[in-house]
Amino acid sequence: MDIEARQTAIQVTGLRKAFGEKVVLDGIDIEVTRGTVFSLLGPNGAGKTTAVRILSTLIPADGGRVSVAGRDLAKDPDGVRRAIGVTGQYSAVDGLLTGRENLILMADLHRLGKATGRRAADDLLERFDLAEAANKTALTYSGGMRRRLDIAMTLIGDPQIIFLDEPTTGLDPRSRRTMWETIRGLVRGGVTIFLTTQYLDEADHLADRIAVLDGGRLVAQGTSDELKRLVPGGHVRLRFDDPAALDAAARTLGAQTRDDDALALQVPSDGGVRSLRALLGRLEDASIEVGELSVHTPDLDDVFLALTGRPENEKVASR
Amino acid sequence: MTMLTHAAADSATMLRRNLRHALRYPSLTIGGIMMPVLILLLFVGVFGNTLGAGVGGAAKDDYINYVAPGIILMAIASGCMATSVSVCMDMTEGIVDRFRTMAISRSSLLTGHVAGSMIQTVLSTVAVIGVAVAMGLRTSGGVLDWLAAAGLMLLLTFALTWVAVTLGLLAKNPEGASNTPLIIQFLPFLSSTIVPTESMPAGIRWFAEYQPFTPIIETVRGLLLGTPNGRDAAASLAWCAGLAVAGYVLSKIIFNRKAPR
Repeated sequence: MDIEARQTAIQVTGLRKAFGEKVVLDGIDIEVTRGTVFSLLGPNGAGKTTAVRILSTLIPADGGRVSVAGRDLAKDPDGVRRAIGVTGQYSAVDGLLTGRENLILMADLHRLGKATGRRAADDLLERFDLAEAANKTALTYSGGMRRRLDIAMTLIGDPQIIFLDEPTTGLDPRSRRTMWETIRGLVRGGVTIFLTTQYLDEADHLADRIAVLDGGRLVAQGTSDELKRLVPGGHVRLRFDDPAALDAAARTLGAQTRDDDALALQVPSDGGVRSLRALLGRLEDASIEVGELSVHTPDLDDVFLALTGRPENEKVASR
Repeated sequence: MTMLTHAAADSATMLRRNLRHALRYPSLTIGGIMMPVLILLLFVGVFGNTLGAGVGGAAKDDYINYVAPGIILMAIASGCMATSVSVCMDMTEGIVDRFRTMAISRSSLLTGHVAGSMIQTVLSTVAVIGVAVAMGLRTSGGVLDWLAAAGLMLLLTFALTWVAVTLGLLAKNPEGASNTPLIIQFLPFLSSTIVPTESMPAGIRWFAEYQPFTPIIETVRGLLLGTPNGRDAAASLAWCAGLAVAGYVLSKIIFNRKAPR
């Protein structure tokens, strides 16, 4: 294995999948570097879950080559399974068992041995703030607790690569923050994360690389910054206290996007300190009083709109 | 470790899981004991005199010896519902996907269910036998006859458990999985359990004579009374083997189709 291959955790080429007539994945290519967070971003029905189900050996692909942790998915599914952990969209815990019993079940299936397995279970209960509820059945857990138990179960057996399919969907904001912290912690420990999400800010916060999936095709791929560079749209918004100031500013700065109702002007800008100072200097020279100033850098919402030709909030939830 | 010891270790883990479920939520198991016990009380204690006279005995003391073997087999048939429901619950909930993304023996989920169900069914069958003995069941068969009867009942348990696994895999939801095994539970009524098949109307009599429970009941009855019948015994073994193979093969096919490799 050459160095490049060893640094690649997941390599996908030309992946295709159709359910009957409906093409769900139409030839996608993905490369995930070891120890990074990769996020597959897209609206509901884009094919994210199908991609995760194929990569985690649950369903076969119709075409394309996939290698996970250096093992060929089609030829050595058990080899892949030994290297991965999966937390699906729907909770995969045994509701009739307690949190601790769920973890010990996983430890036994990983054949950790009795003492090691129990220690691993107790460590994870502690780490995921479940120690108090350890001996309650999982049916009585809240959504956030279930999700934490789910991830803890995925971590037994120390997977190198973890698939998280919409890990924060349905969680309250606090549980969502906790989940983000957990994911960052895992990456610090050297794990590779393959994350799907329909939340743009989640991909923005967590992912080293983002691929935007829409209608079974990857419409863009890159870092968050690279994707943002794909769209113009950085600007400064100036709000004035009276129409006279707005008129004066519009004259001074030349043709601008003008909003008379809000008494505001939009001025193209990279948002840097130097250009802001220059802008304010020109207004001050003309003795124009600015009521309020705000800087807008393009966010992934803009990217999504630019790439898919429709506003993200039509199909993608933004929080 | 070899593949085989892996499979055995995984199956043992799954078995522990199923037994824990059964201990924590014993209602299905208790239901499996209560039904045959109530039928025993009803048919011996309430209808016993008339039915006993009808099958040629003098009183209900004799009738229990006639009816008990069939009702003991009902305990085995009742075990099917718990099996079918728990298999269906596993298949419809997320946990099965978790198991399938792990490098474990694929068959262990089903073998764990089968082993767990067999242990539960054996325990509830023993409980029903205990009640029957307490109510006056007296047999003339020796130890060997009892052992042979126990062996046959174990074989029937194995066969019906695999059939129940098939029904559980076929069901779309746990409610459905609790309904289909009723057919198996009802079959002993249309056999020689309560009354001899000779006393039934022609069409039902034909069905009763050729359905699996009749030869099995006759064999167990013969063994317990010390009058075993070779022809019924052969038919019983053939039925059990056939049902076991059919249940096993169908379960594997459906499981693999629902969960492709």
